[in-house]
Amino acid sequence: MGKYNVTIGLEMHCEVSETNSKVFSSAKNSYTEEPNTNIRPLDMGFPGTLPVVNKEAVKMSLMMSEILNCRQPDFLYFCRKNYYYPDMPKNYQITQNPPEDCVGMGGYIDIEREDGSTFRVEIDNIHLEEDSARMTHLYDTSIIDYNRAGVPLLELVTKPCIHSAEDAVTFLEYIRAIYQYCGISEADSKKGQIRCDVNISISEDDTLGTKVEVKNVNSFSGVYNTLLYEIKRQSELKDADRYDEVNQETRRWDEESGTTIRMRSKVDAEDYKYFVEPNIPKYKITKEWLEEIRAGIPELPYERKKKYKENYGLSEKEAHTLVKEIGIATYFEKCIALDIEPKMAANWITGNVLGYLNKYELEIKEFYLTPERLQTILNHMKKGDISSKQAKELFFLVLERKEEPDTIMKEEGMEQISDDSALRSVITEVLDENASQIEAYKNGKTNMFDYFVGQVMKKTRGQANPVKGKEILTEELRKR
Amino acid sequence: MNYMRLNITELHEKLKSGEVTSDALVKESLELSHCVQEKCNAFVTILDDAKGEEVTENLLSGIPFGVKDNYSTKGILTTASSNTLKDYVPFFDATAYANLRDKGAVPVNKTAMDEFGLGGTGTTAHTGVQKNPWDQTRLCAGSSSGSAAAVAAGVYPFALGSDTGDSIRKPAGFCGIVGYKPTYGMISRYGLFPFASSLDHCGVLTRYVKDAAIVVDAMKGMDPNDMTTWDSSHIHLNDDLSADISGKKLFYIKELCDLEYYPNADEELISHLNNFHETLKKCESLGISVEGVSIDPTLIRAIPAIYQVISCAEATSNLSNLTGLIFGPRGSGENYIEMMKDHRTKGFSPLIKRRLVIGSYVLQTENQERYFKNAQRARRLIVDAIKEQFKKYDGMISPVGSGPAKLIDGSKEMLKEDTLALEDQLQIGNFGGFPSITIPNGFVSSLPVGINITGNCYEDQNVLNIAYALESSMDYKGQIAGEVK
Repeated sequence: MGKYNVTIGLEMHCEVSETNSKVFSSAKNSYTEEPNTNIRPLDMGFPGTLPVVNKEAVKMSLMMSEILNCRQPDFLYFCRKNYYYPDMPKNYQITQNPPEDCVGMGGYIDIEREDGSTFRVEIDNIHLEEDSARMTHLYDTSIIDYNRAGVPLLELVTKPCIHSAEDAVTFLEYIRAIYQYCGISEADSKKGQIRCDVNISISEDDTLGTKVEVKNVNSFSGVYNTLLYEIKRQSELKDADRYDEVNQETRRWDEESGTTIRMRSKVDAEDYKYFVEPNIPKYKITKEWLEEIRAGIPELPYERKKKYKENYGLSEKEAHTLVKEIGIATYFEKCIALDIEPKMAANWITGNVLGYLNKYELEIKEFYLTPERLQTILNHMKKGDISSKQAKELFFLVLERKEEPDTIMKEEGMEQISDDSALRSVITEVLDENASQIEAYKNGKTNMFDYFVGQVMKKTRGQANPVKGKEILTEELRKR
Repeated sequence: MNYMRLNITELHEKLKSGEVTSDALVKESLELSHCVQEKCNAFVTILDDAKGEEVTENLLSGIPFGVKDNYSTKGILTTASSNTLKDYVPFFDATAYANLRDKGAVPVNKTAMDEFGLGGTGTTAHTGVQKNPWDQTRLCAGSSSGSAAAVAAGVYPFALGSDTGDSIRKPAGFCGIVGYKPTYGMISRYGLFPFASSLDHCGVLTRYVKDAAIVVDAMKGMDPNDMTTWDSSHIHLNDDLSADISGKKLFYIKELCDLEYYPNADEELISHLNNFHETLKKCESLGISVEGVSIDPTLIRAIPAIYQVISCAEATSNLSNLTGLIFGPRGSGENYIEMMKDHRTKGFSPLIKRRLVIGSYVLQTENQERYFKNAQRARRLIVDAIKEQFKKYDGMISPVGSGPAKLIDGSKEMLKEDTLALEDQLQIGNFGGFPSITIPNGFVSSLPVGINITGNCYEDQNVLNIAYALESSMDYKGQIAGEVK
């Protein structure tokens, strides 16, 4: 790798999960494990049903269009994409057909890498369509869940302008963050809400090589692995002077084998016979509406990142990590509001919190240790009630037992002994029992001090406040 | 007494006065249904269990009516006269139908039609040919063939129809009754099985213009389920119906309506066009001025082709939900593709298959520009040309078809080339979404013929008023097949 110029184009499908109803049907738009429960007659293609456009979904689409610096059409309309497949009972999908008018055309977005450098991704278009039903193929049969049929779906298509697998994933992560920040979608790939098609070619110069499309990659790590695999596959063929074996074709990513597998050549591509959906009248998109939508765009990740760096003195990397997911950023901001020192909050979140979430594949919203509970732990540490080591132990105990930090501290007897008289009596006890060691200490064996500290810790089962303990020990030794 | 020959207002008075009950009307209508079924094969389903409804202040309460079998009716078999839906019982009502039910009207049968509305003859229903009640060797025309036959035979005062090319207005002409499709979007299409969505209209077949106004008043309205509906709450067709139409101006297209353009005209065409011009004189006697105008004959001749391309294209897509997988008889086969193929091969009549192939062809990427897109452009040109005339005129008047109903035996013959545009010109009304009404205007070869008035969008009242006045000036108002002469 590295020998050839890599050119990547992405198609990112994201389900709009935050509308009440589906995009053309009045069925509820909500993710549920129970199949075939959110359905209206339209979703199953019953005769006589008609599509009705969900204005909220259009509004969200236009917001994305504006964030991506796209041009919006004067009139909104939809097209039919005709194909026969059981996941689409009407046997046509209502969608938009770029380069014809769609919610967003010809934009760009600047992406920041973790190291602070930036690159620009050109947006070909973003368009709104209905999702198909979810099909699961079993050994000799297939099952269909129509809950997903008709869920609004935004398809974002970039120009072939990305040049590394890392940048591709950074871009995707940022777009996912925008979906979440804007309240458009949970953008959860575990729920199948994000699916990507990847186009990739290599070449020795500035021209574009043969484009290979890999369809239905369902996670960002999948995108990354797909790209690495394809770059390697294509490069090796080129190295071996067999580049003519790279065909303009559609492949799919096979998770199990970690390879891409040929599906069909571009020549076999189906003719979708697009035409304008006659049941949806053209709808004028007014300047006023677009302005209203623009005004409603919330604070986006990079604005927050800038704020974190400038106001709280966080590093580029810390800030970058915090804003990636809105849930994390919100957690951080709550910590700040609770007067936790920003640097400390950032440390704990990027370290312990994210570590735990990743390890157990949890979402921040399911995370038991709320900013309030973190505050309790950190306050105890600050006051010297517990050591930093104990704070970390407490953090994991709270998560393990799902109990309040204070309860656990009591149960575990974690509180440090900082009380002067209590410490003094323990220290007196220790010194009384170690007359010969005092003797040795007085005779210049100063490392005996640590021995006494160790004894004090032993007697208090480690709960003695080390700083105070040392102060009093010094005093008492002087008295002897 | 035969009540079903009366109009809606008369029936309402008799119901209100207690002279007759809704139950009795329903019973009479059901008996007539069976009689007309035997003669004309007009129905897919006769609702023998139908009972009368409470009579209220609403003119339609307690009154029996027929429903074309492409209106979704909850709990009632709805086939669109197709084997692909031969056992389909919907679980939701079409909005227009529900609106009538809400007013207390009583459905007594589902009327046969050309399969999914894709036909103009009344010969392609899965239950067989609909025969013309005036002469059972003749066609009704279609696709609202069963509705037209039943209303003409006096089964009830009205039946619902749908109109994509002329499917209400042409059978109305051939059966000697009134057929009205209002402006596109005035009546919701939710629950109407689609043929070609941009051309499809709901409407009604009656024997009186006033009845058409009453029924459409009840059917129409904004529907949150149909984005193409518009607010017509300010329009009260029946209340504002008026025969005071003096000063109105109509035009007709000379190239279509003047005999001189048909050097090979047969006797029936000659009589039909002469009769048309007689009716124009009647218009003038009512104070309506009528002028012949020329419209680019290239455009006029293109009408049938434009219709064919656009309607087939949309139909191909609209009918692709018919797979027999979710509803309809399940086809057999090793996999879903074979099952769909089997279902569609067995379910559709040859005529539909032909049209679906045409539709698919004209939508293919390599053909779309030449056929589909050009047809859409030409449609726009024709609509613009007609709208240009509507700036000067209140409406367009034209003969319905090129003569009376055709013989059933001769229906397979190709239509004559030089009368093609005349036969198909009512499609202009669908191209533009114009309000359009057919009323009877006489007889040719002892068979009824009709005349059509079409106006600009939203000018329904105007169109109905002209038809209302003209109807009153002629002798064919309320006529029932078999009772005349």
